[in-house]
Amino acid sequence: MKEMIIKKDALMNLLTGRADDCQVFAPVEVEGSLVIKEIQPGDEITISSMNTKASIKETFFPQRERLFSYDLSKPGEMKEPPFSDRKRIVFGIRPCDAKSLTVFDCVFKGKDYPDPYYIDKRDNTIVIAVGCNEPSTTCFCSDTGAGPFSTDGADLLLVDLDGSYLVRVVTEKGESFVNENTAFTEAGQQQAETRDAIVDKATKAVHAQVNPDKVKKKLDDGFDSNVWDIIHEKCIGCGTCTYLCPTCHCFDIVDETTGTTGERLRIWDSCMYPFFTLHASGGNPRKTGKERMRQRVMHKFKYFVDNNEMVACTGCGRCVKYCPVNLDIREILKQIEVS
Amino acid sequence: MNNPYLPLQARIDKVIMETEDRNIKSFELSFLNKKDEENFQFVPGPFAELSIPGKGEAPFGIASSPTEKGMLKFSINRTGLFTEAIHNLEEGAIIGVRGPLGNHYPVEAFENKNVVIVSGGFAFTTLRSLTKYMIHDDNRSKYKNITVIYGARSPGLLLYKDELREWEKRDDIDLHVTVDAGDDDWKGKVGFVPAITKEVAPSAEDTYVIVCGPPIMIKFTIPVLQELGFPPERIILSLEMRMKCGIGMCGRCNIGSEYVCKDGPVFTLAQLSQMPDEY
Ligand SMILES: Cc1cc2nc3c(=O)[nH]c(=O)nc-3n(C[C@H](O)[C@H](O)[C@H](O)COP(=O)(O)OP(=O)(O)OC[C@H]3O[C@@H](n4cnc5c(N)ncnc54)[C@H](O)[C@@H]3O)c2cc1C
Ligand code: SF4
Ligand code: SF4
Ligand code: FES
Repeated sequence: MKEMIIKKDALMNLLTGRADDCQVFAPVEVEGSLVIKEIQPGDEITISSMNTKASIKETFFPQRERLFSYDLSKPGEMKEPPFSDRKRIVFGIRPCDAKSLTVFDCVFKGKDYPDPYYIDKRDNTIVIAVGCNEPSTTCFCSDTGAGPFSTDGADLLLVDLDGSYLVRVVTEKGESFVNENTAFTEAGQQQAETRDAIVDKATKAVHAQVNPDKVKKKLDDGFDSNVWDIIHEKCIGCGTCTYLCPTCHCFDIVDETTGTTGERLRIWDSCMYPFFTLHASGGNPRKTGKERMRQRVMHKFKYFVDNNEMVACTGCGRCVKYCPVNLDIREILKQIEVS
Repeated sequence: MNNPYLPLQARIDKVIMETEDRNIKSFELSFLNKKDEENFQFVPGPFAELSIPGKGEAPFGIASSPTEKGMLKFSINRTGLFTEAIHNLEEGAIIGVRGPLGNHYPVEAFENKNVVIVSGGFAFTTLRSLTKYMIHDDNRSKYKNITVIYGARSPGLLLYKDELREWEKRDDIDLHVTVDAGDDDWKGKVGFVPAITKEVAPSAEDTYVIVCGPPIMIKFTIPVLQELGFPPERIILSLEMRMKCGIGMCGRCNIGSEYVCKDGPVFTLAQLSQMPDEY
């Protein structure tokens, strides 16, 4: 893989300088939390060892997205939102979030029904991820097929070498970005060695905890297992895990009208809610927390694997960190593994 | 790129009140745009998302047959927000249609076979489509005996009454209409669909059976069919789940790894027995 070097301040200048001709999204500290937002003049891009609280999902699949607008006084007329070819740069996301885009690609770039809203954003975006020198205790990305320096889903993967970044060129899109900018120079032998040491140290810091292959084998005939009776018990069904999860993509479609005009919206929804599957007839195939927790785990570690040969979890640890009752997906998976 | 969320525009040409409780209406639609009509190709079985701006969308089985050119039919039971809104529309109104969505009945496999249709209540819709399709002049000779067992709670709740009368007269379709409870004028069969299926006792030999209806009817009909010797590969069902997108993305209609909206709604009993019991 081709590797380049760029000084950190040169890269920051390049990114903030590009904000005129393209949208740049990067982590910024807002009221004490790290969030990914579109950079405005004066914003300070912050790359810390902390991951952003919310994932990159919003930037490609917004929580609330207009599918089209309508005017009740003009039946049959619908206006799609403008699909633009405005270029976008996403900078500073972690490899787990970059990896989640490969999960989303399976869902929204399928051959049956390509999703124009997602594809418009995805195809116009260069993803510049930054590897994790200091993974945190909630991370288990190495178990899920990613890892602190995984290049999956990224166009460029950066390794933090203190004053500069080593730039791994992953895709053609990444390659042309690098070629357009003279601030990138070829990496040398010494930098490659430093990179090796950093990658090695970080990779060792993410301890193997769960084995998705073993979990999958259990789940293959584990639908009626009695683990499901136990593991959901603490869950209060708040849905936090699914909203923060970079791979959860369930949504609802609703109309919002004010006066005579309105919009059909796609909004995030969650399999952890009872209304999610409630039939008009009153029946509900996932009546209790047990069925809903089973669906969440099964979807990520079995159903999605059956359909796409990939687990729908990047090991980012957000659900572990922010669950109000400390339900830890890693513990759930371990319980399944030994069930 | 085709936008799968954008409904095609259609006009309601005809509204038919089907049942005496005034809860089920049939709507006959035609596309405003000739191109949409040409592109809307289907084989009986799929559904479509009907759409009214401001009221949202809901999935409905396509009740017309592809042999009924230029017309799309839906029969809609009034139960909530959307269905109430569509019941309030009049002839001439414009509505949206997204589809056809989902798979279809395996009509190719039915060729040179007997076909039995067992249905109760308003789930008859896509089976009306199938029946119409199979008895069409172009198609009838492809199939052997066609038996239709169709039941409703009372005579007034039967759908497509005029058509049933026509089918009654044909000798190339063996029709058994039944009601749970008759009235003074009712001269047909009285009894629940499973019991009538047992009484009619269609031969399982070289035969496919399609079952659609309320869960309770399906539950009691399947054992009857198994007793008659139908193997699970030749028992076909059409499922209903809560749906939104209809294109396998929104995540709510799956049974195990299968999305009912995309991989279904038509499954064989053999397929269903491989899937978790979550529907
Ligand atoms: C494949 C399929 C085919 C169907 N065919 C027919 C048909 O031919 N005729 C008919 O009358 N009904 C049919 N239904 C059921 C019909 O979709 C629901 O009755 C309808 O969605 C109720 O909407 P509502 O807004 O009136 O009810 P509400 O209770 O107000 O429902 C609120 C919302 O829930 C959703 N919803 C509730 N129940 C269902 C459900 N069972 N399926 C899907 N979405 C649901 C709707 O999207 C609706 O927006 C079918 C359902 C499916 C899945
Ligand atoms: S399930 Fe939890 S750890 Fe896995 S990707 Fe989602 S939020 Fe991250
Ligand atoms: S965040 Fe925790 S409590 Fe909330 S739904 Fe997820 S597992 Fe349940
Ligand atoms: S209805 Fe959305 S996935 Fe099936």
